[in-house]
Amino acid sequence: MSNTPVDNSRRRFLTIATSVIGGVGVAGAAVPFIASWNPSAKAKAAGADIKVDISKIEPGQLIRVEWRSKPVWIVRRTPEILAELAKDEDMLKDPNSEEDQQPEFARSRYRSLKEEYLVLVGICTHLGCSPQYLNDGQFEEIVEGVPDGFFCPCHGSRFDLAGRVFDGSPAPTNLVVPPYYYIDDNTILIGSEEGAA
Amino acid sequence: MWQNLLDWIEYRIPMMRVAKMHAMEYPAPKNMNFWYVFGFLATIVLVNQIVTGVWLTMHYNPTAEGAFASVEYIMREVDYGYILRYMHSTGASAFFIVVYLHMFRGMMYGSYQKPRELLWLFGMFIYLALMAEAFMGYVLPWGQMSYWGAQVIVSLFSAIPGIGPDLVVWIQGDYVISGATLNRFFALHVIALPLVLVILVFLHIVALHEVGSNNPDGVEVKRKKGSLSDDEKTKFKMHEYYTNKYDIIDDVVPFFPHIVLKDLVAFSVFLFLFCYVMFFNPGMGGYFLEHPNFEIANGLKTPEHIFPVWYFTPFYAILKAVPDKLFGVISMFMAIICLFLLPWVDRAKVKSWRYRSGLHKWNLIVFALVFIFLGYLGGTPQEPWKVIASRILTIMYFSFFVLLYLYSKNEKTKPLPARITK
Repeated sequence: MSNTPVDNSRRRFLTIATSVIGGVGVAGAAVPFIASWNPSAKAKAAGADIKVDISKIEPGQLIRVEWRSKPVWIVRRTPEILAELAKDEDMLKDPNSEEDQQPEFARSRYRSLKEEYLVLVGICTHLGCSPQYLNDGQFEEIVEGVPDGFFCPCHGSRFDLAGRVFDGSPAPTNLVVPPYYYIDDNTILIGSEEGAA
Repeated sequence: MWQNLLDWIEYRIPMMRVAKMHAMEYPAPKNMNFWYVFGFLATIVLVNQIVTGVWLTMHYNPTAEGAFASVEYIMREVDYGYILRYMHSTGASAFFIVVYLHMFRGMMYGSYQKPRELLWLFGMFIYLALMAEAFMGYVLPWGQMSYWGAQVIVSLFSAIPGIGPDLVVWIQGDYVISGATLNRFFALHVIALPLVLVILVFLHIVALHEVGSNNPDGVEVKRKKGSLSDDEKTKFKMHEYYTNKYDIIDDVVPFFPHIVLKDLVAFSVFLFLFCYVMFFNPGMGGYFLEHPNFEIANGLKTPEHIFPVWYFTPFYAILKAVPDKLFGVISMFMAIICLFLLPWVDRAKVKSWRYRSGLHKWNLIVFALVFIFLGYLGGTPQEPWKVIASRILTIMYFSFFVLLYLYSKNEKTKPLPARITK
């Protein structure tokens, strides 16, 4: 043992320095434990955003694409169809999309970024069947005075061409609008909103 | 020979010392009534959950593809598998029943008050860990209610501004509730949380034995050293750990065998009720095992009504009562945090409601009724009158704490007896 007096400030420095370095080590060691909870590469691949070319959709046509193992519909709506949407609102459960079934941008009558193109998850909010697209007046047999809409064959839920559910349907809410944005005029990306990562 | 073996052990580990200190020579107030059995029962149920849980793990398959089928396999093809599973599922509900009664006991007799604040906090952390444990356990059968219940609870975190949606993806390990979520919940349910629970229970008991048990009179049995005459001191031999620091009044009995035997009577009654449910009514009319959970999880098919199991419904009712999502989540968590703060909300000097004001008694009774009624509202389909009712009851839930804080400071209490009453 040496007889030099105890240097407390040096001890304090060493204690703090050791604690700080140790703390950094603990924080570093925590990274794999926390990061392993992120979606795995496999989950990411299965849930990746998809790009869809919409340049070839005819007016009034519906195309189906698959996103996260669900059907997604894209409908090119004609001005006549858009005009109908204003007229059926007294027959709807949630005409103003107050339920959280869409990104903020779609909380409107047309429930879309561009009025012309409707993007919806094609799964009935009742029990998960995929409704049929009835156009050119076929829907009139189901809801009088409304020529176009979606009809679920399983339990008879009815939706208009903004995916809004008609009163008296078993489905409780409007169809889901997925997050999406336009990369350019002819391409949309489904899975993210503009600006989001 | 036998004594030699005991001595050999005692020299190396303090087996008898601990047994004496915490059982044979632990001073327990003699007036502990039947409300004091629920801690013992909770410990028994914990052991039941661990043992049956280990056995269920031997046959269960924690994957989205195999979970539901493996639970059916346990029920139908494993010898006595259905008993193991029903012991576990009935045990889950029984756990909450005894814990709620245990907590209400603490509130009646002021067992959270000084010096038992930390004891109460450990208890609350047990309650919290138990809720997480029960929630994750409920996901494992991978039925419809498992899936959609998890969906609802996990999406609560999406209400957090900014990081919410990313946090949900991180918790789920996927963009939806999936096999990845099931797998990690399994790991937490069978390893992490049981360890946490056992450690917390240990700390809860250590803290209890350090400060000593409260009793229905709320009169401390440990007095200042030298304040009692020999006549007033207990005639039982209590451990010197206690007698060196305190004079112990002649109103105590050794925990073993006196209190343990009383607990065993309660245990046999409990066992009757438990076995009735387990053998004849394991679903308890859809309350212990919800009917939609007999159908396999399906992310494309939402059940008509989604409810948590009965023990979460009071908090679920509070969540639904608030129109704003974020504020609803905050209110729900506040409802639990308020309970944590009870030792500081209640500023009274008198513990037991026997000697407190009529206002306090009514406040506590109304609180218990509000809690039960909220549970009813949170567990039945939404109707317009229920929305109004659950809002009123939510306000009443929180006003219990506000009122308690206000009146407890200068509360008109009855004089405390010097000794424990009959």
